[in-house]
Amino acid sequence: MRILAFLGRRLGIFALSLLGASLLVFAVCAALPGEVAAIILGEGATPDQIAKLTAQLGLDRPWPVRYAEWVGGMLRGDFGTSYFTGQNVLQLMAPRIAVTLWLVFFALVLSVLVAVPVGMLAAMKRRSWIGFVASAAAQLGMAIPAFWAAIALVLVFAVWLHQLPANGYVPLTTDPASWAAHLVLPVISLAIVQASVLVRYVRSAFIEVLSEDYYRTARAVGWRPFPALLRHGLRNAALSLVTVIGLQLASVLVGAIVIESVFALPGLGSQLLDAVSQRDLSIVQGVVMFLAAAVLLINFLVDLSYAWIDPRLRTGDER
Amino acid sequence: MRRLSLWLGAALVALVVLMALVSLVWTPYDPTLVVPGQRLQNPSAAHWLGTDAMGIDVFSRLLIGAQTTIVVGVVSVSIAAVLGVPLGMLSGQAGGWVDEVVMRVTDIAYAFPALLLAILLAARFGASPVTAMIAIGLATIPSFARVTRAGTTQVMSSEFVLAARASGTRWPGVSMRHVLPNIAPLIGVQASVTFALAILAEAALSYLGLSTAAIVPTWGKMLRDAQSVMFSAPLQALWPGLAIAMAVLGFNLLGDGLRDLLDPRLREVT
Repeated sequence: MRILAFLGRRLGIFALSLLGASLLVFAVCAALPGEVAAIILGEGATPDQIAKLTAQLGLDRPWPVRYAEWVGGMLRGDFGTSYFTGQNVLQLMAPRIAVTLWLVFFALVLSVLVAVPVGMLAAMKRRSWIGFVASAAAQLGMAIPAFWAAIALVLVFAVWLHQLPANGYVPLTTDPASWAAHLVLPVISLAIVQASVLVRYVRSAFIEVLSEDYYRTARAVGWRPFPALLRHGLRNAALSLVTVIGLQLASVLVGAIVIESVFALPGLGSQLLDAVSQRDLSIVQGVVMFLAAAVLLINFLVDLSYAWIDPRLRTGDER
Repeated sequence: MRRLSLWLGAALVALVVLMALVSLVWTPYDPTLVVPGQRLQNPSAAHWLGTDAMGIDVFSRLLIGAQTTIVVGVVSVSIAAVLGVPLGMLSGQAGGWVDEVVMRVTDIAYAFPALLLAILLAARFGASPVTAMIAIGLATIPSFARVTRAGTTQVMSSEFVLAARASGTRWPGVSMRHVLPNIAPLIGVQASVTFALAILAEAALSYLGLSTAAIVPTWGKMLRDAQSVMFSAPLQALWPGLAIAMAVLGFNLLGDGLRDLLDPRLREVT
């Protein structure tokens, strides 16, 4: 029963977070009805014209009605339409979701693949210069803005060495090799920062493991340090790592907005920024809500994974 | 090695503050003065770091940029601390349903990313450093509230607080005389780390053109300008990037160094 209570509680927080986020997005983008009409008509529109267009768009109705309509639409997969072009926001987003997903997925995988071994090394060798170098590198990596790393990578690999494309995107189905080549630099620039943050967490999680009895026992019966840490430490450290990786996933998703802009990748982030510069609030509203919902869903899934990783939560023992 | 973090961090932060202070009274050239005849010059005795695509002295822009960095950091950290610390103290001292409600609301708000909030506000109210600072400040309230709450519950269970309460000190007295002074170092650590986060977020927003619309020099904006000339003048992208990395590294190291000076019981909650 303990696990059901845990899951129920988490589901409740997830639902409330979605409600909170949607209210915030709605309040910022859509609460003042006259605004949209004023933006569409541009400067020089008379109050009469604004009022007329507002009524035409159905924006003169009370906000709870409009909010309910918006949320109801999203639940049916309707994220609204652009006031300027009349296009369906979900249809605008659909081809772009894949671009962002690939970027985020590979960046996360790469950062985990780099950070776990480096962090373990930093933990085991924490009293030697190797550990110092690993920690210092992580500090430096955290301080570097991802878009600066991106510019530097483009300079070296695209401008000087001519090995990789400087920007743009080719769909996987069109040309897999070119697709991969276009993703290499964005993925690396996004992963540098994420891996650095992760190294610090992996390091402290494994330092904790090193002082545990089970690790000392494993060493005493003849396990070498690295295999002992892999065999016995990884699962125990996994709980805190999953939390961090989940939080990381959210920040990778947000970081992708910036990276997409550097590399002119046609993803959700660049769509959002285009919409911001055109002040197309209906697209902004849809995309931000979509991204926020994705972040909240990730956090919820992280919570669920606790139940799977931590057997104490399943059997009902005290944590 | 431990004290190294503290001193190196303090030195880097001091350097950024110094740059900002110096720029208040002196810059080699007017950092907004466009000189079309002097575009993209290499570093020289006259222009230490060269000139940018508009012929503006890069070193002068870099110095002025430190001001924006400091202001954005101070304002966003203040917003987060002024709202987050009392919330956390309230939650930690009141306990019961108040604690439950505050912490659940924090859980809900915690997940909303600062950058996304900043983009949202920029879309609605227009891009400016003010919306950027407000967004970063609001988005980091939950982390201040959490740390403060954790520190407060720690302090509340200590014997001197029990003694003070037993002798009739009411909660405002306990808060001001016992809790706040004891968790102040903890808040200092949080402020330092949040400062670094604010610098990075503001740089990203400026780079995206969502913080400063006009010619106001910020390091992120300099990187944006540098990117358009990176084929002919790659050095342009070096200086502002280095400045951002230096400032962020400084505040992160300072935070780490301060954390190591904390009371071990408080260190657990960071």
